Amino acid sequence: MSEKKNWMPRWFYQLASPRWSYDIMGKLLPGFTVAALLFLVVGTVWALAFAPSDYQQGNSFRIIYIHVPSAVLAQSCYMMMAIAGAIGLIWKMKVADMVAKSCAPIGATMALLALATGAIWGKPTWGSWWVWDARLTSMLILLFLYLGVIALYSAIENEAMAAKSAAVLALVGLVNIPIIKYSVDWWNTLHQPATFKLTERPAMATEMWLPLLVMVIGFYCFFAVSLMMRTRNEILVRERRASWVKELVGKQ
Amino acid sequence: MEKIVTNEQSGSEGSSVSGLFGAVLKRDLMLAYRKKSDLFNPLIFFLMVATLFPLGVSPEPEFLAEIAPGVVWVAALLATLLSMDGLFKSDFEDGTLEQTLLSPQPLFVVVLAKVLAHWMMSGLPLALLAPLLAVMLFLPAEGMSGLMLSLLLGTPTLSLVGAIGAALTVGLRKGGVLISLLVLPLYIPVLIFGTSAVQAAVTGLPLAGFFALLGAILALGLVLAPLAIGAALRISVSG
Repeated sequence: MSEKKNWMPRWFYQLASPRWSYDIMGKLLPGFTVAALLFLVVGTVWALAFAPSDYQQGNSFRIIYIHVPSAVLAQSCYMMMAIAGAIGLIWKMKVADMVAKSCAPIGATMALLALATGAIWGKPTWGSWWVWDARLTSMLILLFLYLGVIALYSAIENEAMAAKSAAVLALVGLVNIPIIKYSVDWWNTLHQPATFKLTERPAMATEMWLPLLVMVIGFYCFFAVSLMMRTRNEILVRERRASWVKELVGKQ
Repeated sequence: MEKIVTNEQSGSEGSSVSGLFGAVLKRDLMLAYRKKSDLFNPLIFFLMVATLFPLGVSPEPEFLAEIAPGVVWVAALLATLLSMDGLFKSDFEDGTLEQTLLSPQPLFVVVLAKVLAHWMMSGLPLALLAPLLAVMLFLPAEGMSGLMLSLLLGTPTLSLVGAIGAALTVGLRKGGVLISLLVLPLYIPVLIFGTSAVQAAVTGLPLAGFFALLGAILALGLVLAPLAIGAALRISVSG
């Protein structure tokens, strides 16, 4: 029994304490804010001013520097939400529930941003705002999944129950995402294949994909900042009856 | 009432898993049979939705034949969704659900039996009624077998996935619209493969691949969905 007890690192259990999580997120926040600002500003300037324009699409291709990071983030945010929800279900961690709840609106916004930038890019390139292409459709379905989770959160008044229900729904969605993705892929495909692959060198020119990489990192840092701010807010709201929150609020 | 039925069953057959499955299935089918409007309303809805398309879009036979697979499938999907709301509702209201959760019997089996009963009262009649709609929408005769088989393979998955939504929203007063929001995105793969199977049948292409995919999704659903339904029911009932 005693050897089984210590198989998870100590910080994992410490995260279960809302107060400890609140403090550690407060300490991490400035660093991530600086990193997000740095990467986003450098990436944007590099992408818009210095990266070469595409020989076919001209300057309109530059919107991918927003489109690709937001699409990547929308997908990984769902993973994060489902995993945080699973941790909340298994270890009954309140903080994990709060993280999962904070993920949903960010992910939905990112999915919407990816769809909007895709539409703006599609108009000059494909000649229409929207096509029923596989990748667009699966991003739209991802947005629907997010909206379902958000709707479930707002429908259930009891916070603990809402968190557990939404976690189950997010996990069901996680199982479904690959099925949806492949079904839609076989159904119709017009979109180009993924820009980044872990196993291969990208087909884009180096001076084009480097700023994209910077933007993706910047978006992830921004996601971390936004998630920590939302989670800290959520901790304060849910723990409003705890003495340390009252002290904290009293001080300000 | 449920207690009486299960007691009788466990007295005669022992508390075996198949006995439990049979008892729950029998009870749910009997309840559905006694409240016939619940059985017929989704079917009437199914017919009405399909009637809206010729009226709203175009009565041209060629055009209708082209959209028929999609229309029948979408109508079946919506009809299943409509009947989903009541799956756990009455059990929740009269306390049966709570007793079921407290009982030592495996929830997986109980839930699976309830979903099967629901499918026999919704998906199965829909699949049997589908050829009528298909004729009304001028679907070529070659497509009939594909339509019925794809519905028979696809609607159980719809019931399984829909039951997750029903279990999550059973304690809420306004669960109806919410179920659709939660469940409709998850229905998309079944819809895609179902309509593709019918279209392949109409054009004379091989069907086996689509049926294999629908069957694979059903197999996955049979194994995983009852777990999610059980977890969702526990959350909804005990908070």
